[in-house]
Amino acid sequence: MNPVGRRLMFLAPLALLGIGGVGAFTLLKRMAEGDFDPRGVPSMLIDKKVPDFTLAAQSGQAGFSAADLAGAGQPVLVNFFASWCLPCVAEAAQLLALKQRGVALWGIAYKDRDEETARFLKQHGNPFARIGRDAEGKAALEFGVYGVPETYLVDRAGIVRWRWVGALTDVVVARALNPLLKQYA
Amino acid sequence: MIPELGHFALALAVALACAQGFVALLGARRLDARWMAAGGALALGQFIAVALAFAALVWSSVIDDFSVLNVAENSHSLKPLLYKISGAWGNHEGSILLWCLMLAGCGAAVAGFGRGLPSALRARVIGVLGGCSAGFLLFTLLTSNPLMRLWPPPADGRDMNPLLQDPGLAFHPPLLYAGYVGFAVPFAFAVAALIEGRVDAAWGRWVRPWALASWSLLTGGIALGSWWAYYELGWGGYWFWDPVENASLLPWLTGTALLHSAIVVEKREALKTWTILLAIATFSLSLTGTFLVRSGILNSVHSFASDPTRGVFILGLLVIVIGGSLALFAWRAPSLGATGLFAPVSREGALVLNNIFICSIASVVFTGTLYPLFAELVFGAKLSVGAPFFNATVLPLSVPVLLAMTVGQILPWKRAALGPALLRLWWAALAATAVGVTVALGLRVVLPAIGFAGAVWLVLGSFGEIIERVRLFRVPLSVSRARLAGLSLSVWAAAIAHAGMGVTVAGIAGMALASEKITAVAAGETIAFAGYDWTMEGVRAGTGPNYNERIAPIAVHRNGVFIVRLAPARRAFTTQRMETTETSIHTTGFADLYAVLGEERDGKAILRLHYNFLAPWIWIGALIMSFGGFLSIADRRLRVGAPARGGKAGRTSHAVAAE
Amino acid sequence: MIRIFLLLCLLAGPAFAVSNPGEMLADPAQEARARALGQQLRCLVCQNNSVEESEADFARDLRRVIRERVTAGDDDAQVMAWMTARYGEFVRLYPALNAQTALLWASPVLALAMGAAAVLLGRRRRQAAPTPLSDAERTALEKLTTP
Repeated sequence: MNPVGRRLMFLAPLALLGIGGVGAFTLLKRMAEGDFDPRGVPSMLIDKKVPDFTLAAQSGQAGFSAADLAGAGQPVLVNFFASWCLPCVAEAAQLLALKQRGVALWGIAYKDRDEETARFLKQHGNPFARIGRDAEGKAALEFGVYGVPETYLVDRAGIVRWRWVGALTDVVVARALNPLLKQYA
Repeated sequence: MIPELGHFALALAVALACAQGFVALLGARRLDARWMAAGGALALGQFIAVALAFAALVWSSVIDDFSVLNVAENSHSLKPLLYKISGAWGNHEGSILLWCLMLAGCGAAVAGFGRGLPSALRARVIGVLGGCSAGFLLFTLLTSNPLMRLWPPPADGRDMNPLLQDPGLAFHPPLLYAGYVGFAVPFAFAVAALIEGRVDAAWGRWVRPWALASWSLLTGGIALGSWWAYYELGWGGYWFWDPVENASLLPWLTGTALLHSAIVVEKREALKTWTILLAIATFSLSLTGTFLVRSGILNSVHSFASDPTRGVFILGLLVIVIGGSLALFAWRAPSLGATGLFAPVSREGALVLNNIFICSIASVVFTGTLYPLFAELVFGAKLSVGAPFFNATVLPLSVPVLLAMTVGQILPWKRAALGPALLRLWWAALAATAVGVTVALGLRVVLPAIGFAGAVWLVLGSFGEIIERVRLFRVPLSVSRARLAGLSLSVWAAAIAHAGMGVTVAGIAGMALASEKITAVAAGETIAFAGYDWTMEGVRAGTGPNYNERIAPIAVHRNGVFIVRLAPARRAFTTQRMETTETSIHTTGFADLYAVLGEERDGKAILRLHYNFLAPWIWIGALIMSFGGFLSIADRRLRVGAPARGGKAGRTSHAVAAE
Repeated sequence: MIRIFLLLCLLAGPAFAVSNPGEMLADPAQEARARALGQQLRCLVCQNNSVEESEADFARDLRRVIRERVTAGDDDAQVMAWMTARYGEFVRLYPALNAQTALLWASPVLALAMGAAAVLLGRRRRQAAPTPLSDAERTALEKLTTP
């Protein structure tokens, strides 16, 4: 092997470290900016039709199905929530604010009892135009939900355009949701 | 006051470490005896300073000083004393201080126990260790200081994760870190050799006890962690290929390869460049593991509170240390001297084969662990690489190593013929085949049968070298006995360590035959399972210092004879609001009877009962391996140059090549 | 292929969560299949545990779905497809073999190949003829060796 080749071979581990270091730094930067979440799970539904489901209604409100979403005539925010979920309490105020702005909010009560959901809505306010009951969590599985709260933006044609895991905050609404609401209005 | 003293000691340690680095390295360069000696003294001083800082942290935890931020976040007044002490390292800041303590300990150990080394080499090693220590201590002081104060102090602490309040945890991190961080010494040896521009048989001999010590400690640490997961997490599993587990396995794998290739350096002055690279790689893997775990970049069950900015700091430290050593390697290694020759089929050849396969396993584990990050960067894809992948790839790769281990031990040096060597192990092969066939036909299983056959092959074959050396049955017994007495410890150590691997393989194969049963049981009901009768005597309530529990005593009988009363429990910790399952295990030496209590519903308790065949052997095997490693260090030949008893001091150390 | 993998999985030891015995399927062969499948799926709530090992509610749901699908007659590939359609490749602990994971699956072979190459290169270098002497060196050698 010629001397130059040999030198290059000895430099290989250092080069590998360099590439690795740059890669790691990029990932750390993305983590700090919120672009990369090692624990996050991307949604498989983005730009796809809402999965088929039909849900019974929460007492006192109308329920809904996938077909209803497609025929809503406006973009709908579908929010999975539960009375036993703490971040749902945190985002209650945010959802009410969205309702004030005229955004259509349809809720799905995930693995909850009728009375508990009613109590939750009475205590923290009810931003939902319609509420479906998903006591078994089957509809949630179709959506690819793995925890609450999760929020899906469905456009007029019934296509899922955006998904957020966790409580909606001012930052998320301003940065991510508002532009999309405008786009799919 | 004490935390402030500890804080000061930490800052002092940074200064001492920097001084240690400069003075020792410059002293070696100028061959100034006083400076080189000063390096050793500074190393000891640095160790004492870090030890004081650590002691201050432990003290604050023991006396419930909640004005120390770390104690407030991780401790609680009701926590038992043992966990107040061990809780000091059960969080990020405390454990990184433990890291620093171990690293400082390495420097002090070389200063104290390395008297047989030539002073220039010793000074360089101490200098490199000082530089690394300085970096880590600075990182600790600036970003992860465990002695920060919190004012006003809260009334009580936030308590530690209940899963960590366990005797196994008390010993697992110190032992693991001692091994993990201990590989800094072989690393320092490699860098020192590169600086000197010389790697020779003497170097190979000198580096080995340090590599052996770290390897033995790391083996113990990993085994303890695995055993802890087995009894604490309640799933009956013992290895999950979790990124943090892989992070500790990687230096173990390359460390094993290092141990073996250092032998070739010592014997033949061959594989010099490769051994240097391995020594650098092993510590680099330790550092990389630390980075991956603490930056939060990898998805793991063992999470520390992750922080990307902290991750950037560690990354910087990593790049400086590893990059510096690899740059030195690229510059100096090509000019390392000519290498000795050996035939492909020879003991050296077998050691090369060992290295190829072990390093391939390490590459696969490394690739698998980091692949999700690679995929995220390059493809923007999110994928998982979990236990199924590692089992499918690592197990096939380990088979050749396990088979070749025993053959390699009896091959002659320099040049050998494979046929006669294999024939000499006919008795081990016969026993292994017999066991394998018996298990396969008797239990109608394939892979466990192969596993058991391999285990027998390993355990018996490992002693093949000893049998060879005493020429058993080929010379009169008295001659054999004399030869046996004259065998060096390292030969026994190798045999014992390899046999220990065989015992672990047997344990793993046995676990593949483990059985379990999940049933809902009412009080007084008896279940027949695995040849035992398990009688659940009824669930009762109990309390502990910081928890409430539900206990389900189970009386186990076999053929009417009472064996043991197991007491699996479910604990609800009051402060952290977590529930843990306390498994109850009884070991018969050949199997573990393992019981877990689940939920209670409709007056019945859900019990999961396991019969884990040969489970204890997994960890007993690791203990044997570790013991073998330590035994090897005790070999007198590795302590050439130590002052002889009776005052014949001052013998210069020169390497006596292994026979 | 999948059967070899399943066997290897079992060699490494079973690990299961305390689940309700009522969850288990009546047919042991189907239950074993369901378990093996569960061990290949990641529990998204607790991270780095399989669905079989996790005590989380979500894991219980997925375990139930697996058993429903298995009893409905789906084969292993179909159950996996059901899961990945909803949760993506991330949920598979046993990565699929495709262009993105090619390097991953090739790593054992690549590592061995690199090791073999390193050994061969090393041997060739040692067997190479030593560099010929320069004129000055040859003269010096003659001076030393001639009496």
